[in-house]
Amino acid sequence: MKYVDEYRDQKVAEKLAVEIRRAATRHWTIMEVCGGQTHSIVKYGIDYLLPKEVELVHGPGCPVCVTPLEMIDRAHAIARRPDVIFCSFGDMLRVPGSTGDLFQVKAAGGDVRIVYSPLDCLKIAAANPKKTVVFFAIGFETTAPANAMAVWQAKAQSIRNFSVLVSHVLVPPAIAAILESPDNRVQAFLGPGHVCAVMGHREYAPIGSRYRTPIVITGFEPLDLLEGTLMAVRQLEQGRSEVENQYARAVDPEGNIGAQQMVRRMFEVCDRAWRGIGIIPQSGYRLKDEFCDYDAEQIFELGLIHAPEPAICISGQVLTGLRKPHDCPAFAKGCTPQNPLGATMVSAEGACAAYYNYGRHLVALPSGRERA
Amino acid sequence: MALSFTLSCPLPVTRHEAIVLGHGSGGRLTSQLVHELFLPAFDNPALRKLDDQAVLNVPPGRIAMTTDSYVVTPLFFPGGDIGHLAVNGTVNDLAMSGAKPLYLTAAFIIEEGLALEDLQRVVHSMARAAEDAGVSIVTGDTKVVNRGSADKLFITTAGVGLVPDGVSISASNAHPGDVVIVSGPIGDHGITIWSTREGIDLAGSLKSDTAPLHALVEAMVGAGEVHVLRDPTRGGLGTSLCEIAGGSGVGIELEASAVPVREEVRAACEILGMDPLFVANEGRLLAMVAESSAEAVLHAMRTAPHGREACSIGRVVVDHPGMVLLRTEIGGSRILDMPFAEQLPRIC
Repeated sequence: MKYVDEYRDQKVAEKLAVEIRRAATRHWTIMEVCGGQTHSIVKYGIDYLLPKEVELVHGPGCPVCVTPLEMIDRAHAIARRPDVIFCSFGDMLRVPGSTGDLFQVKAAGGDVRIVYSPLDCLKIAAANPKKTVVFFAIGFETTAPANAMAVWQAKAQSIRNFSVLVSHVLVPPAIAAILESPDNRVQAFLGPGHVCAVMGHREYAPIGSRYRTPIVITGFEPLDLLEGTLMAVRQLEQGRSEVENQYARAVDPEGNIGAQQMVRRMFEVCDRAWRGIGIIPQSGYRLKDEFCDYDAEQIFELGLIHAPEPAICISGQVLTGLRKPHDCPAFAKGCTPQNPLGATMVSAEGACAAYYNYGRHLVALPSGRERA
Repeated sequence: MALSFTLSCPLPVTRHEAIVLGHGSGGRLTSQLVHELFLPAFDNPALRKLDDQAVLNVPPGRIAMTTDSYVVTPLFFPGGDIGHLAVNGTVNDLAMSGAKPLYLTAAFIIEEGLALEDLQRVVHSMARAAEDAGVSIVTGDTKVVNRGSADKLFITTAGVGLVPDGVSISASNAHPGDVVIVSGPIGDHGITIWSTREGIDLAGSLKSDTAPLHALVEAMVGAGEVHVLRDPTRGGLGTSLCEIAGGSGVGIELEASAVPVREEVRAACEILGMDPLFVANEGRLLAMVAESSAEAVLHAMRTAPHGREACSIGRVVVDHPGMVLLRTEIGGSRILDMPFAEQLPRIC
């Protein structure tokens, strides 16, 4: 398949792995920011090809994982209402709130639907004028333009029975927060390819130079990830801390200007809580006040929702690269994808779930080296 | 003295354009449905008696028996329909023991309002599928439920078949050294259903792979030593492999690049963030075959119905019992685990 097969070529992968081995003279810790990158790394066994000097740790870029428990409980409270059709991306349905997941809400009578685009919700709203259609607008800068567009279109088409429950988060403040942490051990980042396809990569240069940390904007196919890793290792070895663009076939330095304009028109930057990490200042989007008629949090009286996380869960430390999933005493014991205790075990993109699904045998190898 | 009148209206079934509750009442409307639709379509001596049960002659030997319920939206899709699935699925479940399928039962749960024409299409499709598979539908049942109590039409079929002497095929029968074989490209059915349901045109000729596999199995069993057969339906090839590894207490090593997947299926899975290994099939089988006869079995498959694209995709091993290891396209390695529930499209 064009645009796919050429990035999964075994011979080229082996060649890149050899080059990484040659380039790395000491131990380096590199964080891949995106959940999609983590997913590819474990799905294709990319870590299996890397030398022990190069350790990949998994970043906070899984939108399902970092959506706070309180926000999920809010979503469930809305979805349970008989006057609501609650729409969501598929993988959000299995994320447990304090009392069950959206599948259970659906089984109890809630009208919960999977959509592939927020714009599908407008058709549902037009077809169900007596119901309020609510879309769970989560994700990074990648999903923000389509969510902004849905609200824009709703207003333009005078669709009044549509709203969004917004829990958008932004990558650059999260990277800065990780680098600010006194315990930080991340030395370079594989930057978020899809986020940068929308936003460009200009905003990463100040972070790279301020913290003297290389950032390589990287794609999601196996060869992208190997090449991105090689570029990061070379920068580290040479003492450089630049923003480089491995994913040039999709990422323009300026990004998608039209998409950015749409996002700026509808959203404003706000403080956001990240599940497992806590509040990061200026790290999310919320709808501007002028669109409050489309803001589900403004429309529905939800009251105070407080949802404590299980004390044993170390997902915050996993999301910031401080610890590995199998460092957790609950990993694969009390905490599994069937019964997740924390954010990172929930989504297929979450580091703990990815380890559980694809890498358990490597963790168990008695003499095997640790593989990220 | 018997009453000579009845309170039910003797309208012929053909005057109804849609199924009404009365069609499941057990009264005259039900009888009309049986006499004007089911009986002519499925006609055979056992059914013709219209007793509460079919009385059958069964040759001596071991009997395989199975049952399955069929629920699918939409009822009709490229390559087949619910009726086709209901016959072939049960025929295949029998065939996976090496059995020759003989008789089927069919029970229909119909939502009131189903277009009679749709029911007729499904029933005639079942009749054709049964004829193709060489089985008779010998008894059945019809119930009609209120609108909203079912999704148009549910069908349950059960079947019996005869297991030939000396054949012992089971998911607990995989041996280290066995060659893992799949009968053709995977995921066609699941992606066809998904794209039809979502109204997404994949701009290709993709259709469901629904097909009866008993003739293919007969050819395989005749050609060599077959230890395990499975039709990887719901849950796909990956789930079946995990079940067999667990059931037989063996390890399985799978070569990702050897698993046949059509371009359209790969593309759809790429877009949705799904794994073709866990997408449903309805006309494929997975086999573990003794290494010494693997070539002969593969050769026999490629000249048998529905086996032309058969190929070997992996090995049964002594290591990591109960676990399936996947050698990835780029030479990495990972475990292949049974999914928790159905696959969900990923956000990005």
